[in-house]
Amino acid sequence: MKFSSLVIALILFCCTFGHINAQSYQNAKHHQCLKCHSNQSYSFFNTVKNKEEKRLMNPYFILDTVALTHGVHKQFDCTDCHSSEYGTYPHSSNLKLEPLSTCLDCHGGDKSFATYQFEKIDVEFKKSIHYKVYGDNFTCSKCHSQHTYLATARTSSNVLEIVDYSNKMCLSCHNDMKRYKMVSGHENPKLVEVHDWLPNQELHFQHVRCLECHTDVVDSLMVSHNILPKEKALRKCVECHSANSRLKASLYKYQNLKMRSESGGINVVLANESYVIGSHQIPILKLTSILIFLLVLVGITVHSIFRIIKRK
Amino acid sequence: MSMPEKLYFYPVWLRIWHGFNALGILTLIITGISMQSSVESSYFLGFNMIVNLHNVAGILVTLSYFIFFIGNLFTPNGKYYIVKPNGFLKRPLKQAYYYAWGMFHGMKAPFPLSEKRKFNPLQKYSYVIVMYLAVPTVIITGITLMFPEIIIDKVYNFSGVFITAILHSVMGFFISIFLIVHLYIASIGKSPLENFKSIITGWHHIH
Repeated sequence: MKFSSLVIALILFCCTFGHINAQSYQNAKHHQCLKCHSNQSYSFFNTVKNKEEKRLMNPYFILDTVALTHGVHKQFDCTDCHSSEYGTYPHSSNLKLEPLSTCLDCHGGDKSFATYQFEKIDVEFKKSIHYKVYGDNFTCSKCHSQHTYLATARTSSNVLEIVDYSNKMCLSCHNDMKRYKMVSGHENPKLVEVHDWLPNQELHFQHVRCLECHTDVVDSLMVSHNILPKEKALRKCVECHSANSRLKASLYKYQNLKMRSESGGINVVLANESYVIGSHQIPILKLTSILIFLLVLVGITVHSIFRIIKRK
Repeated sequence: MSMPEKLYFYPVWLRIWHGFNALGILTLIITGISMQSSVESSYFLGFNMIVNLHNVAGILVTLSYFIFFIGNLFTPNGKYYIVKPNGFLKRPLKQAYYYAWGMFHGMKAPFPLSEKRKFNPLQKYSYVIVMYLAVPTVIITGITLMFPEIIIDKVYNFSGVFITAILHSVMGFFISIFLIVHLYIASIGKSPLENFKSIITGWHHIH
């Protein structure tokens, strides 16, 4: 009995091991799915016509294999989420209608993912304009591609990288007519035009995220997910350009950046990739300037008193 | 008793320039502090309005600086700004001693003003530093901050914009301190208002 269990376990192990090897994303040419879904075209044997055929791949179904091997879900194989029936071609048409797992199906209630606060994100997201417009059809994956997603805000120590990654998520629809229209039902507004009131537009887009003005900042959440309707977006400069900048509660609150700023003193302050007038105040310079100012005032006052006494 | 001698110290172009520059610099200081500290400036003027005001005043002061620079280059006024190596430290120190001690103990002004000497050494030094070092630095950094895309992204590990902005505000602060001291020292004279009258009328009384 024990021996047979061992054999089964061994067979299972070999199968699994063999399976992983065969299905590695690193070797797309030999991957059952990627050999087609990583190319512009694919070949198959048409059993009806009884001949080999080559066709173009739907561009939306082509996967970036490099990004795939780096994404947060890289350890999973396609059929961990998609039906194993996709292994045959032509794929059964019913397969498309089957629901896929949502993020919360795996991440919800899991203590090992507690820091990501998936449940809270869900609550915030349900208040957002995205959910109001498109309901449950607006899935997490509309912004966070399960295939390639990277938790840049948690891992990167470069503000500009975090900003770039985050803004590209927004632009993937808001700068893409087809994708935008599918959700909203109308054409996407020209971003440069609707933001023409913003001074130094290009620099703003490079140095802060769309989220900074377009979400309701929630202190307890890493990234605010309540995307506001455009009428409620922030248009007040001092919200960021002040000592009590809202950026401190959003973009600059990340631990990975904070650690860097707290451990290195003045060099680290100077090493900031960006500068926000009003927000980036250097305490030592502020203190020095106040001291110099007070010293000058004291000097003038003492001198004036002597001038009055001596009538000079 | 002889009448005090009057000297025509400040030509018209200089007085107009001085007044215009003073207004410009004051606007820059107030809007600059407002932007830097972001004390809820929106109570009276919105942040973007303050930024616009600072930019416009900055351009006007830059233009006015060129008038000063060219004026000093091509009129006799420029000679008052030439620092001589003779008594480089001794002369300003003597003037400082006069302000701090001497003037209260019957000492006569060590460098009385005349046609040949419009500024005492301390005045000359501070004007040279402000007008030929601080103001040009503030102008250059200010213009580049107006077009931040032209600033080098990284200077070693530091953000170019950050360094430029710090240099701009440090120099701006220095100019503000100069302004306070300048106004106070101007009140030292026969009467506290005498020098202020001179910069309006152009005539300076030699006592």
